[in-house]
Amino acid sequence: MQAIPLWKKALSRPELGALAGAVLVLSFFIVAASGTGMFSPAGIINVLQVAAQLGIIATAAALLMIGGEFDLSIGSMIGLAGILIAIPAVEYGWPLWAAILLAFSCAALVGWINGNLVNKTGLPSFIVTLGFLFILRGLAIGISRLLTGRTQVGGVHEHVPGDWFAALFSGEVATGLFAWMASQGWIATNFAGNPVVTGIPVSIVWWLGLTAVATWVLLCTPYGNWIFASGGDKNAARNSGVPVHRVKISLFIFTAFSATIFACIQVMDTGSADTIRGLLKELEAIIAVVIGGALLTGGYGSAIGAALGALIFGMVQMGIFYTGVNTDWFQVFLGVMLLVAVLFNNFMRKKAMEAK
Amino acid sequence: MSERTPMIEMRSVSKHFGSVIALSDISMKVCSGEVMCLLGDNGAGKSTLIKTLSGVHSPSQGEMYLDGKPVHFKSPAYALDAGIATVFQDLAMIPLMSITRNFFMGREPTVGWGPFKRIDWKYADRVAKEEMAKIGIDVRDPSQAVGTLSGGERQCVAIARAVYFGAKVLILDEPTSALGVKQASVVLRYIAKAKADGLAVIFITHNVHHAYPVADAFTLLSRGGSLGTFRKADITREEVLNMMAGGAELESLDAELAEFQRSDTERKASRESAVSRKETSSASGK
Repeated sequence: MQAIPLWKKALSRPELGALAGAVLVLSFFIVAASGTGMFSPAGIINVLQVAAQLGIIATAAALLMIGGEFDLSIGSMIGLAGILIAIPAVEYGWPLWAAILLAFSCAALVGWINGNLVNKTGLPSFIVTLGFLFILRGLAIGISRLLTGRTQVGGVHEHVPGDWFAALFSGEVATGLFAWMASQGWIATNFAGNPVVTGIPVSIVWWLGLTAVATWVLLCTPYGNWIFASGGDKNAARNSGVPVHRVKISLFIFTAFSATIFACIQVMDTGSADTIRGLLKELEAIIAVVIGGALLTGGYGSAIGAALGALIFGMVQMGIFYTGVNTDWFQVFLGVMLLVAVLFNNFMRKKAMEAK
Repeated sequence: MSERTPMIEMRSVSKHFGSVIALSDISMKVCSGEVMCLLGDNGAGKSTLIKTLSGVHSPSQGEMYLDGKPVHFKSPAYALDAGIATVFQDLAMIPLMSITRNFFMGREPTVGWGPFKRIDWKYADRVAKEEMAKIGIDVRDPSQAVGTLSGGERQCVAIARAVYFGAKVLILDEPTSALGVKQASVVLRYIAKAKADGLAVIFITHNVHHAYPVADAFTLLSRGGSLGTFRKADITREEVLNMMAGGAELESLDAELAEFQRSDTERKASRESAVSRKETSSASGK
């Protein structure tokens, strides 16, 4: 009996490809974007912020994909949630926390309906949630035009101060630490003596927090095992006593929640809601998840992989901006990256399934 | 043997699907430490029988007794809780998941409390490794995917899982049908071990060479009815084989083959005589 070498174990992890990809992209831009400020503290925060926004929804999309389903309504849910937060707060004077709770309640309902439709009808979630992609987008536009006559609602900023719930989705953390680092001369300051980077945006904290929780759930809890089982073979899972239907409904609710978290952060950040927010985000989330090593057919994948996928996404998007390459090329790169990731994952999975 | 309370017993169980009689008046009993081999052609009612035993169907008529007590299963979960574990042909195994994850699927051991409750991986890995070692399969790493195991080993994981979670009655649906000789012997050895551990085993197979060494008794099903139960002492391997193949059909097949052979020899003989005639005629023409 001999122990299995660590490197061989690492090879069978789903996030390996994403890690290699992230390192590759990082080293590419360290060379290509040297001296452009991409790797200054402010530049790094920018990259991470882009990655974080996508990462929040990608984490939920990863759990759902491992559970064997897709959610194409994430992007539309972002637009609807933004409207549900902004209109009650701005037009009807609701406290912001109540408006956010309303958005989360509606998200729970959408997730519940998605999950039940998939469970009860046996239709592919691709079709069911494609329907909701249009339904939710239409609802967002319809509701906001009906109530306000517009499709954009501004003026949320003035409601944020003093609202305990909104504070969870706005501003920065560790501002004291950054002020102290600036006073030590470790990070650059502007003409007024304030640090150029005043803190870590709350979106990054949400991203890392959700990734950590999702990883823990997947690897360490019975519920995580049920997610893998439901995605791997739902009949086998059900015969072994796994509550497959409940697992799937909860995962659909979680993706709708993640879209709402995304919307909250965006609305607090920009001070406005727009019905077309979140367009194509569901596909970007799927790309991040697949680059992260998840299997489209379910039963295999990781939350850390999805986070790395989002990081690659952020690095490329900002890297193209910093290096001055025409941003048109971003989409070309994204498509190529997706194909390479899928091919690589297929190859690795075959390796992992080979006999001892 | 007859004075012992059977672990599982069916008394004149029938199952109708609408007007179709899938099972009629089946009586069967299996004691603990006994292997009952269920034989029958396709459509004989084997799978209806095991689905009735495992709670998928409830019988239309008749009673089932578990350890002497009457039982009615509303769903497979009730049968499982009562100690009847069924290993179906698809095994309920997920190839991409690890051995440990599969082994404890749906019944994960946990430590901690509240939101910090987590799977006790150390314990789970150790148990999975030990249970596999007991049946002579040395798993180097219980976190390796089930897909890397051979068919026979997967079958053993499925059986080991059922036994570990306290099965009293083990129902195996064609466990050796897709396996090679070596792998089948691994599974058969394990069935023998389960029997020695005091389980009542119901074993469905088409292969008499697999059935005969481990079985204590044979029940033959045909068109939904039982053609009888035979103790191993009362029946030879050839008789079992005959029963399984559907004796009467085989005999008529034998007769037909004999007929073919006879007509073949006749044709051959006539051809030979023709050839010899030719030879003689050509010899005479020289």
